[in-house]
Amino acid sequence: MQWETVIGLEIHAQLLTNSKIFSAASTAFGAAPNTQACLVDLGYPGVLPVLNKEAVRMAVKFGLAVGAGIAPRSVFARKNYFYPDLPKGYQISQYELPVVSKGSVEIELEDGSSRRIGITRAHLEEDAGKSLHEGFEGISGIDLNRAGTPLLEIVSEPDMRSAKEAVAYMKKIHSLVRYLEICDGNLQEGSFRCDANVSIRRKGEHKFGTRTELKNINSFHFVEKAILYEVQRQIDVIEGGGKVVQETRLYDSKKNETRPMRSKEEANDYRYFPDPDLLPLEIAESFVSEVRKTLPELPDGKKQRFMRAYGLSAYDAALLTASRELADYYEMLVQAVGGEAKLCANWVMGELSAALNQNNQDIVQSPVTAVMLAGLLKRILDGTLSGKLAKEVFEALWAGEGEADAVIEKKGLKQITDSSAIGKIIDEIMTANPRQLSDYRAGKDKLFAFFVGQVMKATQGKANPQQVNELLKKKLGAYS
Amino acid sequence: MHTKTLTELARDLKARKLSSEELTRSYLTRIERFNPQLNAFITVLQEEALAAARAADARIKCADANALTGLPLAHKDIFCTAGVKTSCGSKMLDNFVSPYDATVVERFRQAGMVLLGKTNMDEFAMGSSNETSFYGPVKNPWDPTRVPGGSSGGSAAAVAARLAPAATGTDTGGSIRQPAALTGLTGIKPTYGRVSRYGMIAFASSLDQAGVITYTAEDAALLLGAMAGFDPRDSTSVDRPVPDYTAELERPLKGLRIGLPKEFFDPGLDGRVGAAVHAALTIYKKLGAEVRDISLPNFWLSVPTYYVVAPAECSSNLSRFDGVRFGHRCESPVDLLDLYTRSRGEGFGAEVKRRIMTGTYVLSAGYYDAYYLKAQKTRTLIRQDFITAFENVDVIMGPSTPTPAFGLGEKTGDPITMYLNDIYANGVNLAGLPGISIPMGFVDKLPVGLQIIGNYFDETRLLSAAHQYQRETDWHRQIPRGFE
Repeated sequence: MQWETVIGLEIHAQLLTNSKIFSAASTAFGAAPNTQACLVDLGYPGVLPVLNKEAVRMAVKFGLAVGAGIAPRSVFARKNYFYPDLPKGYQISQYELPVVSKGSVEIELEDGSSRRIGITRAHLEEDAGKSLHEGFEGISGIDLNRAGTPLLEIVSEPDMRSAKEAVAYMKKIHSLVRYLEICDGNLQEGSFRCDANVSIRRKGEHKFGTRTELKNINSFHFVEKAILYEVQRQIDVIEGGGKVVQETRLYDSKKNETRPMRSKEEANDYRYFPDPDLLPLEIAESFVSEVRKTLPELPDGKKQRFMRAYGLSAYDAALLTASRELADYYEMLVQAVGGEAKLCANWVMGELSAALNQNNQDIVQSPVTAVMLAGLLKRILDGTLSGKLAKEVFEALWAGEGEADAVIEKKGLKQITDSSAIGKIIDEIMTANPRQLSDYRAGKDKLFAFFVGQVMKATQGKANPQQVNELLKKKLGAYS
Repeated sequence: MHTKTLTELARDLKARKLSSEELTRSYLTRIERFNPQLNAFITVLQEEALAAARAADARIKCADANALTGLPLAHKDIFCTAGVKTSCGSKMLDNFVSPYDATVVERFRQAGMVLLGKTNMDEFAMGSSNETSFYGPVKNPWDPTRVPGGSSGGSAAAVAARLAPAATGTDTGGSIRQPAALTGLTGIKPTYGRVSRYGMIAFASSLDQAGVITYTAEDAALLLGAMAGFDPRDSTSVDRPVPDYTAELERPLKGLRIGLPKEFFDPGLDGRVGAAVHAALTIYKKLGAEVRDISLPNFWLSVPTYYVVAPAECSSNLSRFDGVRFGHRCESPVDLLDLYTRSRGEGFGAEVKRRIMTGTYVLSAGYYDAYYLKAQKTRTLIRQDFITAFENVDVIMGPSTPTPAFGLGEKTGDPITMYLNDIYANGVNLAGLPGISIPMGFVDKLPVGLQIIGNYFDETRLLSAAHQYQRETDWHRQIPRGFE
């Protein structure tokens, strides 16, 4: 049986406002429990919410960036349920009339193709606090610092057809909110979270299957794994003659499995109704155009420009524009080198990205600045360094041993490009290895590599490989 | 001095004929003497009041005073008051000491007014007789076997018995106007949005509005001027200048068009109350006003609409009382559900539970459209009726209540007849209009009130109409026997 996967994502992006969405308390992460919750966040008797205009501005910014409509009038509603970390007994959210309506983004796939993924809506809401169960005996702790932090919930259409597409979409939204500077995108701290709605259907079928909602997926990697697990589980259920039950399932990254949340927690009737404490949110066209003026160059536009200006492939351009900081780095590098866009791209996506990944660092934390890397690339371009030596110099740059030229000087890593010097070394090697020489000349071609190796060993890798090849061919073949 | 109006006392303070301390002491003495029989106060702030009075006297001495400095008042126990128990008439908040001042409390405090104490009220302002209070019923000073009305029953009884020269109240569906009517006082509910709701414990957010209960419209004008105005902490408060209500009191009534809705004179209305309304209208005609018959065709929908909207909002507003952060918490809960059900089960009284359950029901999936959504539509019809009426009249007049004060315990077994006591009041809240009740005579030796309803933000006209009627009459000067 051929199955098709259908995925929709709900992404919660914590907005980078200084204060909370309905109070003046700070949103900074990591403070001691309950030190950043004012009376409004604590849901004290008599307190009232006042909307943070900055949060609205950020939501509008996002809406414009995904080509969505901005509702001239949207409404805040109360989602009613009891939980200890929800102080008021309701969450203020938007239900029937969200601030951002239909939009879309384009995702790049590894095979170079691209797909358009629809965004159903995005709405503003407040975050809840946190219940802490670890480290307490017989009781639960409650930290309300996060209560009232502004969230933008971005709901996609069920347009994704594989776990890989879901990851690509999530990365796209992640990149977008960071470009827009409306969310720090920190998955570990929970400022960018994702729930996935997953269902399967027979290939060719138009009707959607019953979906499950996966919660608690806090990395790009886990999104893929959780969906893959869930899809296989659903296939097993159906092929085993069962039916998929519509439910919320928690993803356990340690066990790599999804399991149903207790039904009691989901059997909720949220009794949504418009919050009478807040007036409908009215957004004037002038406000929207004001926000439009503040939009930066977005990933798609930047990608197109990179392809045009630097002659990069769509895939390379997409990779280099995935984050604004990476794109800025790349452009600074090209400028400092004075062109050579392809070489620059290879180094950024190759050596530099590898080192960053290995050290779990972000481009802004890179110890090798664009200018330092440019210094290195210039030495490749003028023939001072071979590719191999360049890598060695790069490692030294990464380790903080100074600028490229200083490293080359100190370690004596200059490439040997003097033909007569290389020729002399080859002569000595030929003399020292008469048996190999005669074997080679007798037709054992494979021994060529042996001689290359010997030359490199003698020059500590500094000989220009191309010259070594040419000279060896000439000299070894001279007597045949 | 307790027979004087707030305005008269303000003059005496200004002229240094008496000090705030003397005045405060005299009221505290009366509270001590009469409160046990009336149960009008939940908390009396003896020490704090005297300290505030002395501070006010100091301000008056160095000419740092305004019209209100040194005047005592009482707050309904629904207004959060820093450092003071704020119970909202409920066991749920019996242990709650507010860490902050409501905007209304703050404004009067800054003006230098002296807070005598916090007054009794129906639990969470849900009631029309002050019988749902956790602290027991309040007696009507005109007849201790009768209710003072509610939910601001403690404020009304305190002012009527001259235990305070004025008191604040809140009005969600008549909770200022009805008790004012039943105790022979002036009670104003301003336009929704005129006074900040910040710090006022919410019952039904789209209907709640703070106001005052006083002897005269002149006193009400004095206080409203200080409590009204935009508050950035309340998104529903309206940013619009506050007129000088006192200065406008004498604005001539000549040509005033009074609308008389025929629907107010229904079979539920005590004929003697209706007759009192017509007697009042005669005086208005003498003052140059003209009376026009009008119709509010959807008026009959106001009580049913109110009892969908108000419970719906309260069911959500009262969710925060969960025993987790403040208020009543049950003994040794075994788990979360037990904590919730027992804390709320023990903390709330029967009427509050009834409304939470009604509200939860009308908002639940499958019933939302039939009840909540339908009520929003009928609310629009009710509002539209008033807007249409105000195209042809300046104010609307009618009875504040269908009957004078009823007996304690008389309606507690039948919520519907209790709810109907606010039949003329509910629609005004649903429309968000200002309304005032002023004394217009007696029925069976019990005071009855004339309700004047104004257009949006037209408190000025309400107060001047009330004031000039009070210059022609002395109903508002009557003091219940035993409290002279």
